[in-house]
Amino acid sequence: MTTSATRSPVPRDHPAAPAAGGAGGGRRTSLTARLFGRQPIGMLLAAPYAVFIAVIFAFPIGFAVYMSFTDYYFTAPGVTVPHPFVGLDNYKTVLTDPAVLASFGHIGIFLILNVPLTAALSLGLAVALNRAIHFRTFFRAAYYVPYVTASVAVVAVWLFLFSSTGLVNQILGPLAPDPSWLVNSFWAMPMIALFVTWKQLGFFILLYLAALQNVPKELYESASVDGAGAWRSFRSVTVPGVRQATALVLLLAIVTGANLFTEPYLLTGGGGPDGASTTPVLLMYQQGIQQGKPDTASAIGVVLVILVLIVALINRRLTERSER
Amino acid sequence: MTTPRTQVGPGSEQDADRPVPVVVTATASGPRWHRWAVMGALFTGAVVFLFPFYYMIVASLQRSPNTSVGGAFPSLGNLTLDNYAQINASLNLWQSLLNSGIFTGGVLLGTMVFGVLGGYALAMLHFRGRGVLFSAMLLVLVVPFQLSMIPLYVLIARDYGLGDTYLGMILPFAINSTAVFIFRQYFLQLPSELFDAARIDGAGELRTLWSIALPLVRPALLTAVLLTFIGPWNEFLWPFLITKQQAKQPLAVALANYISTVQASTANPYGAILAGAVVLAVPAVALFLFFQRHFVSTDLGSGVKG
Repeated sequence: MTTSATRSPVPRDHPAAPAAGGAGGGRRTSLTARLFGRQPIGMLLAAPYAVFIAVIFAFPIGFAVYMSFTDYYFTAPGVTVPHPFVGLDNYKTVLTDPAVLASFGHIGIFLILNVPLTAALSLGLAVALNRAIHFRTFFRAAYYVPYVTASVAVVAVWLFLFSSTGLVNQILGPLAPDPSWLVNSFWAMPMIALFVTWKQLGFFILLYLAALQNVPKELYESASVDGAGAWRSFRSVTVPGVRQATALVLLLAIVTGANLFTEPYLLTGGGGPDGASTTPVLLMYQQGIQQGKPDTASAIGVVLVILVLIVALINRRLTERSER
Repeated sequence: MTTPRTQVGPGSEQDADRPVPVVVTATASGPRWHRWAVMGALFTGAVVFLFPFYYMIVASLQRSPNTSVGGAFPSLGNLTLDNYAQINASLNLWQSLLNSGIFTGGVLLGTMVFGVLGGYALAMLHFRGRGVLFSAMLLVLVVPFQLSMIPLYVLIARDYGLGDTYLGMILPFAINSTAVFIFRQYFLQLPSELFDAARIDGAGELRTLWSIALPLVRPALLTAVLLTFIGPWNEFLWPFLITKQQAKQPLAVALANYISTVQASTANPYGAILAGAVVLAVPAVALFLFFQRHFVSTDLGSGVKG
């Protein structure tokens, strides 16, 4: 998604660089240049970040894949035990576990609710904000406050608001669901989707607001000349104009859905009621760390990431095609 | 600090943050009710976003919980700071805040030193492996942290014995890749003549970075600091995995544990929980509101532009 856009700025070429390099003409440096690049000091400057990615990102991911193919369990520190290769056993265990399949289904519910709600509400509010003359700063700040606040803090308020005797049920009176929202197996997952939508909407509003600045004004003018009304020009100019942002909404929603942990852990008390709001990451935590089975937990992680990448690729393919 | 920055910095033309002249559209000259509808939608949105925060503060000050509609308005007879004393007694609030501060500070330090260096090298210098590093950075941005969560836990908590240490908490977040990405994008936009001139004058790369590039990308630095700050300050999962002793837990983790354990046992835990939530929320919200004029949202969407 970002690659094509970000690679396009051509890397700096410094016609004067050889002189500054102190090595005279380009000819003589050509061997070092070929081995290390024209400015080898870049390797030094980038080294800490490169090491960081290798140690914190690349190696653990390789380790996760390795664990998912072995019988891995925790031992006392210092004790070395063999971790026999078990092929696809962990994957078989994971993919036939109804709890795991259910947790992936819950991500589906999350996406079905979160993506359209986020796209529609944030685009609508961004368009409104773009038109507003007064209080722009206030609105922008107000919308962004949930995004910058810790999930744990806002989860606390939601627990209070949606508890069985909470304010929401007090207002609804007899219309309140029984059992209450967060302990109701039908409502638990939709409540998580709603919570995440609410919390992240501000980010997407600013994203759309930025995208709206790039929609050429002339398009609105010509639409207006052609006799298009407000709704028509919104449909045929604004929506296509911010398509890239919409694609990003979908991608980030998928990544967020794949990452859900804090919300099911705290908001619905550990994926409850009766596992109605479990997520893959919650299961990874429960199996990998609580039950000491890091091998199956890693298998869940690998399946999860493969699914995310597939959906992200499909998403990219679709948005690219519709642009033509 | 709040004086508007000069517009020399890159990206100011695409900056949606300062009051942009309203885009003239077909409907700007539309009927008056249209303008009212826009304002109505914006105000409704603001209420939906802000009410939970208002309610959090009101309820954290209530002596006895009042979940009725009337309870949403503060009544003088029912106000107290007891809930704050209560949460302080159960969590050791200052220690938790200090832990959050050290965790966040370590991440900020790592990102501002090594992230800036990495971003600068990625944007400005030709060296072997740059393309690979850039692709790796993009991968880090896309692949969920959760895949590496279990192996990182095995490595850091078990193999290296860094459980319940600040170092173990900081390590996985030590350099924020989003910030590196932002730095790179900003450095790329600087005019190359400046750097050629500096090199001709014999300035080394570090000196060029320090005296020429950094002062020009101040808005990016601020954005990156804000972004990087809310990451570890609000992070729950990783410090939750790595800390068992309460004395080492950041506030988010300590409060979450308080929510999940005390909730069932106490008659009215909400006053204390919400008091803790206010303490957790205030630093991030205050920092954002204070700097929000400079918060360049377009950076977040810099990948969006075609």
